Amino acid sequence: MSNILFFLQLESGKIPKSTLCALNATHRIAKVWGKHSVHALCVGVGAQAAAEQATKLGFSKIYWSEASGFSKYLAHPYSQALLEAWKLSGADTLVCAGTSTGKDLAARVSGMLNAAQASDIIAVNDDGSLRRPMYAGNVIADVELASGPRVVTVRATAFAPAGPEGAVAVLEKLIFEPDLAKAGEVVGYEQSKSERPQLGDAETVVSGGRALQSAENFQKYIFPLADAFGAAVGASRAAVDSGYAPNDWQVGQTGKVVAPNLYVAVGISGAIQHLAGMKDSKVIVAINKDPEAPIFEVADYGLVGDLYQIVPELTEAVKKAKGN
Amino acid sequence: MKILVAIKKVPDYQAKIKVKPDGSGIETDGIKWIVNPFDEIAVEEALRIKESGKAQEVVVVSIGSDDTQTQLRYALAMGADSAIHVKHDGEIDSDLASRALAAVYQRGQYGLIILGKQAIDSDASQTPQLLAARLGLPQACFASRLVLDTQTATVTREVDGGLETIKVPVPCIVSTDLRLNEPRYASLPGIMKAKKKPLEEIKLADLGLEPGTKVKVKKLMPPAQRQAGKKVDGVAALVAALQSEAKVL
Ligand SMILES: Cc1cc2nc3c(=O)[nH]c(=O)nc-3n(C[C@H](O)[C@H](O)[C@H](O)COP(=O)(O)OP(=O)(O)OC[C@H]3O[C@@H](n4cnc5c(N)ncnc54)[C@H](O)[C@@H]3O)c2cc1C
Repeated sequence: MSNILFFLQLESGKIPKSTLCALNATHRIAKVWGKHSVHALCVGVGAQAAAEQATKLGFSKIYWSEASGFSKYLAHPYSQALLEAWKLSGADTLVCAGTSTGKDLAARVSGMLNAAQASDIIAVNDDGSLRRPMYAGNVIADVELASGPRVVTVRATAFAPAGPEGAVAVLEKLIFEPDLAKAGEVVGYEQSKSERPQLGDAETVVSGGRALQSAENFQKYIFPLADAFGAAVGASRAAVDSGYAPNDWQVGQTGKVVAPNLYVAVGISGAIQHLAGMKDSKVIVAINKDPEAPIFEVADYGLVGDLYQIVPELTEAVKKAKGN
Repeated sequence: MKILVAIKKVPDYQAKIKVKPDGSGIETDGIKWIVNPFDEIAVEEALRIKESGKAQEVVVVSIGSDDTQTQLRYALAMGADSAIHVKHDGEIDSDLASRALAAVYQRGQYGLIILGKQAIDSDASQTPQLLAARLGLPQACFASRLVLDTQTATVTREVDGGLETIKVPVPCIVSTDLRLNEPRYASLPGIMKAKKKPLEEIKLADLGLEPGTKVKVKKLMPPAQRQAGKKVDGVAALVAALQSEAKVL
């Protein structure tokens, strides 16, 4: 029986929720595909401490490395590390979260292993096939991967985070220096900083669309409403393209996929590419002046009218309802 | 320098996609087919590099059945110099596409490969990275900015935490994100010219490749439909509903 290798992705040295959700899917795959055990690889700044924290998450072994070649994410060295851990752990399957890093990395490793890959899975079926969305979520497919090496990326919102289970993992330092000849280098990073909850993890998301007309209006209308709810802020592609909001706020087929308890769409028409990123939210509220806007077809509660009038009023009402 | 751009034929992004009742595929009646929007951005970027004098030639390539030539002609009409059609009627997955693209790359002397970060039909986001691995080349995926020098490509990538800029040696693989550029429309003279541009047809076997896919689609189904809710009459009614009915406030 062979093993599964899990990419224990860190975010600023910590284990983010998306990693835990992907791990849950990994345990499910291990069970359905009859794998012996799950091994993990954790590299980069903070890898040792993160590995120590992860010993009770159901791994049999965690390889870690803080070698300087891994201090910043680059596909080239990280894929080599995964390949090394793949060999050491006797794995025939690799699982990564479907984050931007996971997507970038997983398929590169697939190519190195000549593996069969399923991207962004939302379920592991009892017969071993994997379920994944296609066509901006308008089609759900059950796919079967050829035998041999396999790689899977996981849509985090479709799985609950994994908790403690099984025996305590063995930690092993990965003795491996990546070949950096063609790796390139990271020369800049513009991190969008925010005190608000992260878009992927938030209980509530307030998103603004093209109707906001400017970055100033995002600040003036969307931010206070988000803060009243204690929400993360999202945006449509149109709002990001126009420079009203940073790229990593984009919700949709080609942006982030979110599934909060409450999603509030403000001045967003509801194009299928946007719906692909939010229609699994538990409760959807839409505010739009066009009663025919497609967003109302998925909204639980629709409010027809001018956002510039409604949003300030709603912000006050939410503050009051929350008692502050 | 020559730039290779890979394109895929996909249903129009505005098409209403429906699954066939037996789950074997999607209904294709009345669907308009287009160049995958991300690949159109890739063509545009290659043309801009050529127009800036940093490349001499833009070659577009696609793998698929005969009607794929419509999309190749479209890219030629945008301004690409020549096209390669890898003819294949059977199933194509990211693995097969990447094997074919790697073989095409090796037949020419290319300094750069640009392709979309994902195709809007399969939404897999695999082919660029697979190709990079097969060729042992650096990859710069999800690009929203690309600056090319003789030795390096400096690429700003759209990542989960914001924007990251990396510098990689060329030749390399760049996958495009939406904000890299706004593609031009094919002009009427462009469309006329495209008819006379070279379009080479090759078979998978000519590239020394076996057909066959590693991902088998067993069944397609429509997603669970959301019930449309109700319109509420004003802010007070909305807040009341969120509190007592939906219990999210
Ligand atoms: C390949 C591809 C990928 C894409 N990926 C994504 C993606 O990931 N995410 C995404 O969001 N989009 C994506 N799109 C774009 C998508 O198709 C739409 O163009 C986009 O979502 C529209 O954004 P919007 O709703 O903000 O703007 P619009 O469609 O212009 O809608 C604005 C809405 O605001 C309303 N409005 C105007 N003024 C007011 C007012 N004063 N008060 C209240 N309402 C008002 C209007 O009635 C309208 O419904 C993609 C497109 C393509 C081709």
